[in-house]
Amino acid sequence: MLQTIVPSTVLVLTALFSYQRAGKVYGLLAGSLAALLIASGLFGNPAVPSVAAAMLLFVFCAAGIGLVFRLLLARVLPAKQARIARRVPLTASFGLCVILFVLVLCIFAGYIAPYGEAEIVGDIWEPASRTHLLGTDNLGRDMFSRLVYGARTTVLVAITASVLSFMVGMFLSFLAVVIGGWCDQILSRLNDLMLAIPTLVFALVVLAALPQNIAVLIIVMAIIDQTRVFRLGRAVATDVIVMDFVEAARLRGEKWAWIVFREILPNVLTPLIAEFGLRFAYAILFLSSLSFLGLGIQPPQADWGSMVKDNKDGLIFLVPAALYPGAVIALLAVSVNMVVDWMLNRTASLKGGRG
Amino acid sequence: MTKYQPIMRLVALRITAGLLLILAISAFLFLGLELLPGDFAQNFLGQTATPESVAAIRQELGLDVPAVSRYLGWLQGVATGDFGESWANRKDVNEQLFSRFANTFFLASTAALVAVPLALFLGVVSVHFHNKFPDHAINIVSLAAISMPDFFVGYLLIFFFALVLGVGYGPPIVPEGPLWTLQNLELIALPVMTLVIVVLAHMMRMTKAALLNVMESPYIETAELKGVRPLRVIWKHAAPNTIAPIANVVALNMAYLVVGVVVIEVVFAYPGMGQYFIDAVTIRDMPVVQACGIVFSAVYVILNMLADIISIIANPRLMHPK
Repeated sequence: MLQTIVPSTVLVLTALFSYQRAGKVYGLLAGSLAALLIASGLFGNPAVPSVAAAMLLFVFCAAGIGLVFRLLLARVLPAKQARIARRVPLTASFGLCVILFVLVLCIFAGYIAPYGEAEIVGDIWEPASRTHLLGTDNLGRDMFSRLVYGARTTVLVAITASVLSFMVGMFLSFLAVVIGGWCDQILSRLNDLMLAIPTLVFALVVLAALPQNIAVLIIVMAIIDQTRVFRLGRAVATDVIVMDFVEAARLRGEKWAWIVFREILPNVLTPLIAEFGLRFAYAILFLSSLSFLGLGIQPPQADWGSMVKDNKDGLIFLVPAALYPGAVIALLAVSVNMVVDWMLNRTASLKGGRG
Repeated sequence: MTKYQPIMRLVALRITAGLLLILAISAFLFLGLELLPGDFAQNFLGQTATPESVAAIRQELGLDVPAVSRYLGWLQGVATGDFGESWANRKDVNEQLFSRFANTFFLASTAALVAVPLALFLGVVSVHFHNKFPDHAINIVSLAAISMPDFFVGYLLIFFFALVLGVGYGPPIVPEGPLWTLQNLELIALPVMTLVIVVLAHMMRMTKAALLNVMESPYIETAELKGVRPLRVIWKHAAPNTIAPIANVVALNMAYLVVGVVVIEVVFAYPGMGQYFIDAVTIRDMPVVQACGIVFSAVYVILNMLADIISIIANPRLMHPK
């Protein structure tokens, strides 16, 4: 009983302190973990407190990284950006830091990974050690190296797919709005039809019929995702196109390219950038799901989703190898979402409402 | 009765539109795939394909008939509840489809029964404490939950319960006989928990947004300034106007559940439609893929249609047409 009471009291005090000092969110997380700890003490399972403590440690490390990164940004950036950087919430600053870190991993994958992508370096599912930071996978390949190479594949495919879907969706939606009439009708009804099929089902049916390679995968992901971009693009563009300055440009005799790029686009850019972040986070999750189901990236190329699939049988033997790539996917997606959240809040407070 | 006539007409219109949409999707899934490059017979045989064997299998599977007449034949079959036969084992698709659909329905509806009330409750709590600490906590936890891939949640739960708590975990094989028994509910506890976590965060965030939208409107402020008690404001003033958006949120998330169930069934090796679908996709067994595709899409469309109908019925303005 004493074992639970002492750490619980410490946790509750930490929670109260951090609620006052470090921001409400962290205080609350600490508080809920303290509650978990107390509950586990009542039920008497010794493993729960250590998990709770690990989670707490992670949250505070994240907050610390966010804090340091924010200070760093404020120091490095020029005065104008630094003023914004100083007011970035810790969650968003941590998110930015993770995104930057993953990008560095992608670019320098070859230098960072100690072993090759498909190189078999040890026994099956070796535990973590000096030589293999995260142990080995189901074929004896180094988990850490594969995570690093997997970052490159996952992020590259997700970014390409979301950029492509953005370009297609934006182009089609602006086309629909600027031309209007029958063009708008056809594109919108087609879009409705595609929106009516669940995305994963759609992707699986189409991928079952097509040859399996990365280009096909990217195109299928982009085409499915562009329906969402189209809907948003059409909504915001319809709002803008009825404005007086667009009318003025039209009367001036400007071509539609000018209207799209100089009149509409600058006015809808902020919601679009936030939307891009959301779509990117979604693309990572979607790609991982496809790979996990065996229709995404094909072996031997490493990718986070397929790494979960490869190592899932290890869980029965209590080998946590399948959890690392899953955790990394979650971490990156959380980071992107937190940055997007901050951006949306920022624009909302600028305009006084979400516009 | 005349009072309800415009509503009945709108509802009938929605149902017709929904049915037409399902028809369009079926054409899309069937004929659209024909337009794609790649030959089913070729894909089906894989690397062992020779021109003769491809021709032979095309004839055997009936692929030499023009696509449109094949589609019409298929549609006729589907309308009478016959989804054709699987390419892989030459058995009727029906045989598997119906029992597996029942299993999936059992899983998804149990998850919905837990998730919907919980999400609505958390949404209300979050709105009630808007920008105070319960709201912040719910916000960040739900953001984290949204960002986790479905399968990761599943494996995390398996790992947590097996390793940390040492609770026995076995693949939930649903036995023959009635589904709704206590024993079965125990078997599917983990997949249900996963589905609830996956759907809850989305549903809660959307509920919150829908509620906030109503709570920020001027007439609510008037009621509050008038000194009406908070609970009464929510119950008498806000609730009637939130039925439509909340029905939308619930239906949308049930539709999300339909997709989520595919991944979760694979994680837990659950004998449902999702598993059947994925198995067929991996071996490119197109009749099964199309049958599952159309069933999933139909459920999705019907749920969205229900949301529309509820919001039509919940809108009293439609009872008094101008």
